[in-house]
Amino acid sequence: MDKQNIQSESAISCKSINKTYDAIEALKGVDFEVERGEIFGIIGPDGAGKTTLFRILTTLILADSGTASVDGFDVVNDYKEIRKRVGYMPGKFSLYQDLTVEENLNFFATVFNTTIEENYELIKDIYQQIEPFKNRRAGKLSGGMKQKLALSCALIHKPSVLFLDEPTTGVDPVSRKEFWGMLKNLKAQGITILVSTPYMDEASLCDRIALIQNGQFLKIDTPKNIVSQYENKLLAVQSDNMYKLLNDLRASELTSNCFAFGDKHHVSVSSEQLSINNLKETLDKLGHTNIEIREIEPTIEDCFMQLSQK
Amino acid sequence: MEKTIQHNSNKVIIAENLTKRFGNFKAVDNISFEVERGEIFGFLGANGAGKTTAMRMLCGLSIPTGGKGLVAGYDIGKQTELVKKNIGYMSQKFSLYDDLKVWENIELFGGIYGMKDQEIKEKTDELMRALDFESERNKLVGSLPLGFKQKLAFSVSIFHNPQVVFLDEPTGGVDPITRRQFWELIYDATSRGITVFVTTHYMDEAEYCNRVSVMVDGKIEALDSPKNLKKQFNANSMDEVFQQLARKAKRGD
Amino acid sequence: MMILLLMPIIQIILFGFALTTEVKDTQVAVLVPTNDEASSRIIDKLNASAYFDVVARIHTTDEIQPVFRDAKAKLVVVFEDHFGEKLRHNGTAHIQLLADATDPNAATSFTFYASNIINSYQQELMGENKNPYQITPEVKMLFNPQMKSSFNFVPGVLGMIMLLICAMMTSIAIVREKEMGTMEILLVSPMKPIYIILSKITPYFVLSCVNFATIMVLSVFVLGVPIAGSFMSLVAVSLLYIFVSLSFGLLVSTITHSQQAAMLVSGMGLMIPVMLLSGMMFPIENMPLPLQFISNIVPAKWYIRAVKAIMIEGLGITSVLKEVGVLCLMGIVLVTISLKKFKVRLE
Repeated sequence: MDKQNIQSESAISCKSINKTYDAIEALKGVDFEVERGEIFGIIGPDGAGKTTLFRILTTLILADSGTASVDGFDVVNDYKEIRKRVGYMPGKFSLYQDLTVEENLNFFATVFNTTIEENYELIKDIYQQIEPFKNRRAGKLSGGMKQKLALSCALIHKPSVLFLDEPTTGVDPVSRKEFWGMLKNLKAQGITILVSTPYMDEASLCDRIALIQNGQFLKIDTPKNIVSQYENKLLAVQSDNMYKLLNDLRASELTSNCFAFGDKHHVSVSSEQLSINNLKETLDKLGHTNIEIREIEPTIEDCFMQLSQK
Repeated sequence: MEKTIQHNSNKVIIAENLTKRFGNFKAVDNISFEVERGEIFGFLGANGAGKTTAMRMLCGLSIPTGGKGLVAGYDIGKQTELVKKNIGYMSQKFSLYDDLKVWENIELFGGIYGMKDQEIKEKTDELMRALDFESERNKLVGSLPLGFKQKLAFSVSIFHNPQVVFLDEPTGGVDPITRRQFWELIYDATSRGITVFVTTHYMDEAEYCNRVSVMVDGKIEALDSPKNLKKQFNANSMDEVFQQLARKAKRGD
Repeated sequence: MMILLLMPIIQIILFGFALTTEVKDTQVAVLVPTNDEASSRIIDKLNASAYFDVVARIHTTDEIQPVFRDAKAKLVVVFEDHFGEKLRHNGTAHIQLLADATDPNAATSFTFYASNIINSYQQELMGENKNPYQITPEVKMLFNPQMKSSFNFVPGVLGMIMLLICAMMTSIAIVREKEMGTMEILLVSPMKPIYIILSKITPYFVLSCVNFATIMVLSVFVLGVPIAGSFMSLVAVSLLYIFVSLSFGLLVSTITHSQQAAMLVSGMGLMIPVMLLSGMMFPIENMPLPLQFISNIVPAKWYIRAVKAIMIEGLGITSVLKEVGVLCLMGIVLVTISLKKFKVRLE
């Protein structure tokens, strides 16, 4: 009882979690806490260890060392309790392809000892979008609709913590945006959400994020704080010949780092180097035309790249 | 005949009213566009808009039910073998054999495209140097990190110097730094005259393309340079352009 | 890979040397009411031949039934009273060959060999004494007087089909959930793993019961194979066998991760042994000792033996206690291992 009370302040708590598969260290000493009612994003590329972390927290696999608790319950000893109160959407939308939309939902409701009616309020907004297709087999749904059905299934028992492992991977930008809208509504109903994504632009939609690379957290903070802690100044540079520009910027002594970013190049410069005029002159001399240089606020992706290069 | 080919020699891909029907369903509905030599052509669309079907037709994997298309100068309906010989293809899902070593994969694909052993050997050395891959040469592809694999897969897909390379979501899930290195490889390939036809879900990558088309419900709804598209749709980024267009979609896949 | 290369080698060796439909070392019991020289000479001759192995000597007709019941012998050679005396004085004597004809092919062969051996003894006697001697062997096929081969294959098919449905389909069904990823969600739910298992095996249990009924109906009404013994005992033994097969399927599902692997393991690990080592196609008695030993761990062997005893030979459940015992033990062991191995987690 005591143990539970101490931990019950945070919805998820992880202490120095390690996990090794064969020779690969999937997680190296992961530490973090997720508060109740928070949308917490785990952001990093494929193979960074996101799925392993999710599986440990959903009691599917055991960590080699370290402790973790979800909703105040230990992932090893109290796994049965955890399984009663979390919702989980694995990376692959795990649905029964040969059952219809409605049958899938009914099935998962039964598995969690509940009925669709009991928690219909919670899934109403999401389910209504796919209800017109309720007699269609899950295997025949589009990616976006599968995602919605999988989310409905994960919510059917009104979980207190929701685990979403890469729910937006391979889904087009429109469906992705809609999906994040749904998560916001769920948060408003008091559900804690741990979500992972390889898309850096989704970071700003989380309350707090952890940047993960090679099994390690690079940083945990609010997206805003992470951006404000960017160590250098960031310039967006444009000219008519972008490929040459990239190479010239990289070669220049006036810059520390340079990456292509959409239609601009993001150039990281230390405060001492910072001189937009000098840079412009240099580029002019190199034969660039229509040069545009602006100081900009870094994105999470800029921060991730800077942190991962350390 | 002579005339048309000469006239089109700078157009590597020509699609004219290209259509693919499955029963009553028009997966690709009467699309027309041209891609110039050395261009990076972004092919965007929501899930189910018909991108994959269109790409399959252009690669000679699927015969159009209507319209015609020329890729690398060959008819995609009739000369599929010649089309395949002159293109490269890479997708996120399948690209290399995990249980073969790096050099074995290169040799295999070089051999498939009928390259000479000596040529394969020389080009392999060159490629290993360019990618800074010397130490990975004898490793199994399955043991490489995803980003490495994707870069290697791309290099292998243009190893036989095709006129055009088709990339199907090549950077999905790749970390941001490798993703950019990947695009630098693409730029490098175009500087050697290879045309790149690419699909992606990352909208910032759409900005790297010379021209972008957006498919909605089997039709091409917009086609222009990113700059012009943003102007046309009064948007700040390609993401906004895409959102405006794709929201019109009525069908799923 | 290795399996694909080794397969042909193993099969050639098995079929070429180990497995043969030829009758060798058939167990024989002899009933000799009066000991005399003639009968012992015949018995010696039988024993000396490669075909027979005299394993028991009985003295009264009452003992014949138990010999077959306990599967001690396939053939009982019955000498008539005062066999030698009659032969010497009358020049004729009778021998009865009682054969277990549940496997009609084997029965035909070994009664033929036995008659030949008896004949050759007769020839020898004639040579010695120049007197016309006449030994008349009278062949009696027991349990299957019409010599129908269906008597042999019905139990075999039962043993195979039920194993196929239960073990293979169950394992594939469970592994399919793993492949689709739905197992992940089911595990992260309050549902107890035992319910997951039960709900996966129930359909195949029902299916096997239906199959059992169909095979029964077909064999009784279409093939004309009677159920000589108690139908209820037959059902009981079959349910037990289904249980063993299901636990086997469960075990396969816990050690494999793809449908293909499950198929391969249950195919290689179950189907082939059942076909080759259960006694369904090849008499176990003729196999080399190591294979005979291995055949003991094939559940189908015990099941087929029990079915033959009950269905064809009309014996009661008490006469197959050994088979039932072995099957029970196998079931318990398998189910314990697989429940232990069925993880509440993914790895």
